Amino acid sequence: MGARRLLSYLAAGAAAALMPLVLRSPYHQSVLTFIAINAIVALGLNLLMGYAGQISLGHAAFHALGAYGSGILTTMLGMDPWLAMACSIAGACLVALVIGVPTLKLSGHYLAIATLGFGMIISIVLEQWAALTGGTSGLRDIPKLQIAGFAFNTDLRFYYLAWGCCLVLMALSANVMDSRKGRALRAIHLSEVAASTCGVDVARLKLQVFVLSAGYAALAGSLYAHYVNFISPERRFGFPFSIEAVVMVVLGGLGNIWGSLLGSGTITALGEFLRRFGDYDVAAFGLILMLAIIFLPQGMSGALARLSLRRKPKGEGVAAPAKAHVRAGKGAPPGEGSHG
Amino acid sequence: MGLWEISLQFFFAGLTVGSIYALVALGFTIIFNASGIVNFAQGEFVMLGALLAVSLATAGVPLALCLVLSVIVVPLIGCLLERLFIRPLAGRPVLTPIIVTIGASIFMHGVAALLWGKDALPLAPLPGPPTIVVGGAVLQGQSLWILGCGLLAMVALRLFFTRTQTGRAMRANAVNRQGALLVGINPGRIVMLSFGLSAGLGALAGVLVAPIITASYGMGTMLGLKGFAAAILGGLGSSPGAIVGGLLLGVLESFAAGFISSGYKDAVAFVILLLVLFLRPAGLFGARKTGGL
Repeated sequence: MGARRLLSYLAAGAAAALMPLVLRSPYHQSVLTFIAINAIVALGLNLLMGYAGQISLGHAAFHALGAYGSGILTTMLGMDPWLAMACSIAGACLVALVIGVPTLKLSGHYLAIATLGFGMIISIVLEQWAALTGGTSGLRDIPKLQIAGFAFNTDLRFYYLAWGCCLVLMALSANVMDSRKGRALRAIHLSEVAASTCGVDVARLKLQVFVLSAGYAALAGSLYAHYVNFISPERRFGFPFSIEAVVMVVLGGLGNIWGSLLGSGTITALGEFLRRFGDYDVAAFGLILMLAIIFLPQGMSGALARLSLRRKPKGEGVAAPAKAHVRAGKGAPPGEGSHG
Repeated sequence: MGLWEISLQFFFAGLTVGSIYALVALGFTIIFNASGIVNFAQGEFVMLGALLAVSLATAGVPLALCLVLSVIVVPLIGCLLERLFIRPLAGRPVLTPIIVTIGASIFMHGVAALLWGKDALPLAPLPGPPTIVVGGAVLQGQSLWILGCGLLAMVALRLFFTRTQTGRAMRANAVNRQGALLVGINPGRIVMLSFGLSAGLGALAGVLVAPIITASYGMGTMLGLKGFAAAILGGLGSSPGAIVGGLLLGVLESFAAGFISSGYKDAVAFVILLLVLFLRPAGLFGARKTGGL
């Protein structure tokens, strides 16, 4: 990890650590915790969509597998929460592996609809298999996480756990993307044929990223289950959340790790904000979504990069435009025009 | 009732709901052929058609006229959607229109919840044919309306695409966009028209199905996704495929609900969808390449 990146993560960590001093109410802290949990899902999905260029409209299914895995193993088998978390993440990854082999052969709309179909099947099973999942009434009394007697039983304590996980996974994503595999992935995004002629095992690599991103979603699901201690199949584990996750990634900026955080923060906070308008929230969300995608083709991170590009030349003189250009190039998603 | 009668009963129920899927699937096909876009808001046209008819019926408008007015008004909304939110997306990657149409779907969903509330609203069945008994199985009047109107719409669509200048232009545009442009076909108008046409088909499906499943703001989501599954089953881009796919999906689903479990009825459509995608992604009638979209 480069010094500059290390510094940026330390700064983010410090900001996350100090945030609860400013926002003291448990409500704000819980919203921030949800931002971190959602950001983990978005980060994983971004690896798949932004770097490997594959669409998934069914990521809520892996999120659900993580949450329900933890919920079922702890409440019904009395398993230790950490062990249950590990098992459910491994289970979700296994499902991703099995479903990924035939699914990732598809591309474009076909991949989108296949992942959507998979997500729908999982959410229907969660609702119908009541003996295992509690059906529509859900699973309650999922235990809190604890380490050596220290329980993550307040909003503040869980806040630190969630943000710790989120920042570690951000750094992990960044490192994966800078590795040989990450470069091969970007090559796949630009052209699968070109990548395979360079010796990249395209199918294998796509599958690995799919499994990794499913693991992120499952981890987030498990965290959610142990934080809220109650899960039910509506919103969060069905089609709407799959869409929300995609929107976080695209709105934040495809192929930009900080963008996932930005997207998760915006969408989660927007959801909370719009709640005040009662029944108007759904319509407002839809409208904002359409406008944001139309007017921010490269997401918020792309828009920010362009803003800084526009402002730079005034302050830094002649040499600035070239430098700013390099920066914007880095921030922009690779191969925006070549999806699927 | 013996096994034969029960099977026949399920078959009729399947054909009825399958005709609705077929109409929705045709809507997907028309837009996809015109623009290469999969319109995830298709189900909301069904919902708008149904709710509009409910409002008109409550205002005392005769049911047949409700149907006609719905089928006229909803296409205007479809055209407006295209003009405002789809046209600015020209040249953007495949993911963008997917998200924007999903956004449109959420928006319409939300507006409908505001305008009509969240309760399921009943709509009286269209007057006319009484319930008939065929081979020991009951075929309701509304089912006959659905089958008849569905058939009529398909024939009308067929005539439109083969006999009229505009319809031919739309087909030319589907075959080769640049070629169509060269002979003076305006692709922007074609896409707008395709949104209007599919919105009309969706509205028709909505008004027809509402007396059976009631109308509510959330009815469009599942119908839209099932219609999409039907379009894929038949082969995305193929009109006969959409019709056969819709009917087949309806019948399979009805049998699965009857003989296996009604709770998993919705899952059947998606299991079939995945099987088709994995085994024969081009669908029953499709010849198009499935990659590189």
